[in-house]
Amino acid sequence: MNPLLRRPAHEILPMLSRGELSCRELMEISLDWMSQTEVRIHSFLTQDGERALAKASALDQRRAKGEMPGPLFGLPVAVKDNLATKGLRTTCGSRILEDFVPPYSATVIERLEQGGAVLLGKTNCDEFAMGSSTENSAFFPTRNPWDLERVPGGSSGGSAAAVASGQAFLSLGTDTGGSVRQPASFCGLCGFKPTYGRVSRYGLIAFASSLDQVGTFARNVRDCALLLEVIAGYDPLDSTSLNEPVPPYSRELENNPGSLRIGFAGDWLAMGLTPEVERTFHRALDTLRGLGFAIESISLPHSHYALPTYYLIAPAEASANLARFDGIRYGLRVPGESLKDLYQATRGQGFGAEVKRRIMLGTYALSAGYRDAFYLKAQQVRTLIRRDFEQAFGVVDLIAVPTTPSTAFRLGEKVNDPLAMYMADLFTIPISLAGLPSLSLPMGIEGGLPVGLQLVGPTLAESRILQAAWRFQQATGLHDLVPPPAGALRA
Amino acid sequence: MKVTTEDALHIAQLARLRFSPEELEVLRRQMESLLSHFSQVSELDTTGIPPTSGVLPLVNVMREDIARPSLTVEDVLRNAPDREGDCFRIPAILEEE
Repeated sequence: MNPLLRRPAHEILPMLSRGELSCRELMEISLDWMSQTEVRIHSFLTQDGERALAKASALDQRRAKGEMPGPLFGLPVAVKDNLATKGLRTTCGSRILEDFVPPYSATVIERLEQGGAVLLGKTNCDEFAMGSSTENSAFFPTRNPWDLERVPGGSSGGSAAAVASGQAFLSLGTDTGGSVRQPASFCGLCGFKPTYGRVSRYGLIAFASSLDQVGTFARNVRDCALLLEVIAGYDPLDSTSLNEPVPPYSRELENNPGSLRIGFAGDWLAMGLTPEVERTFHRALDTLRGLGFAIESISLPHSHYALPTYYLIAPAEASANLARFDGIRYGLRVPGESLKDLYQATRGQGFGAEVKRRIMLGTYALSAGYRDAFYLKAQQVRTLIRRDFEQAFGVVDLIAVPTTPSTAFRLGEKVNDPLAMYMADLFTIPISLAGLPSLSLPMGIEGGLPVGLQLVGPTLAESRILQAAWRFQQATGLHDLVPPPAGALRA
Repeated sequence: MKVTTEDALHIAQLARLRFSPEELEVLRRQMESLLSHFSQVSELDTTGIPPTSGVLPLVNVMREDIARPSLTVEDVLRNAPDREGDCFRIPAILEEE
């Protein structure tokens, strides 16, 4: 493997903008590594190598003409396949969109490209982002670069595996209940789910609209800040995007966040986690104390209800959002005698088991006679969960909690037990329900596998989170991790 | 939490999903067990608690109604599974008497 691919993006970018390394040269190196490793890892559903090479050459020419390079000039990046890319197949990991080629690009894709990033392709994910292991992809599972017998997490598993394996420097995922943070934890990366509304969702194929948010993967906190800076901000095309200025996250990174009070919720640990993760988490709290932060005990008493609340709300929203896949305007069509027959046949055949399970659960929770007992009740409990966080943030500046109850599990281990799979998001879901920003970054390596720490902040506290995370990362040295042995990734 | 075969069939009809009898039975049992787990939320007293449908303090986001370029008909129809001219082609929606 070319050592350039292991360098942080923030070290490669100045080389590219100064012309010490050409975009074309770096792209060739990236694509070569991708072709060597992809047969083992399967990060990508669609590779776009030819166009990536052409774009890299075009960037080199523009630089030669004196054009100012953008903040991600020439950097090979990967994006999750539920983000619309004009002219490039976008499947959401589903048979129902197997041949779908969007006529427009998501706003985040446009921002990446305007910033000079070059797309390597579209990454694998659980079908319609529903899952925690990427095994629900209709096409193939993705492997964890740290152990090819284990899952990379999900649903943004392909985006995580691409960055962890060195195929891409940065990637985008999406996070509804933990789909960026959980794979970041399993693959030894920084994974940031920003505040709900911080990043435009125009062109993100919707799963649960009150929860979905685009997030970033990077190998260190500075790279994560760089990427977030490019994609964040108001978008008139997304009526749920926040019209608030975007701070210069990467420039503010080394600012002293002051003597922060960091909350630690004992009630969360009681929800269940492995002894290894618990031990690592207590070590992480010691590290935070050592940095001069005060660790204070807080209570988030309704967290225990977050998982059932989420699994009533998210499937209900999904059942409505996925009604658009009807075989009429795009996607798979299975012919039928009548229109209803066509709908049922198309959706029955086009959706996979987990997607159908969630549509059924959501339709049930919204159906006459059950709506108040399930959907409305869950929305009320969501208010209680939000209030817990509001009270906590009256007392502390950030909250620290493990990202996942365990390290990466084995492929096949949970596929036949939906509830066990859902539990993988136990510690990420409460934060999603409250719409809060949360960054997962490596806090330790247990049994050869990484595990993440979440730093959670109040609304729009992205900068504070990044500053604390940067200090934590400097103290632990857990950044730019290399999954051993790199040779095993090659065919 | 009991989910009968009739319930499951009714929900599948509402959701416009077709299942084989075997698939439906597996799903019925999973729904029963998952919904039993999720019904924990009923333990909580939520009298007077307003529901959260979204976390943003935004209400009715408006914009100026300004004409701007949109996708061409050809771009819109390119992914159509079946078309006739500039229209999507679908089976008859009105049945003959």
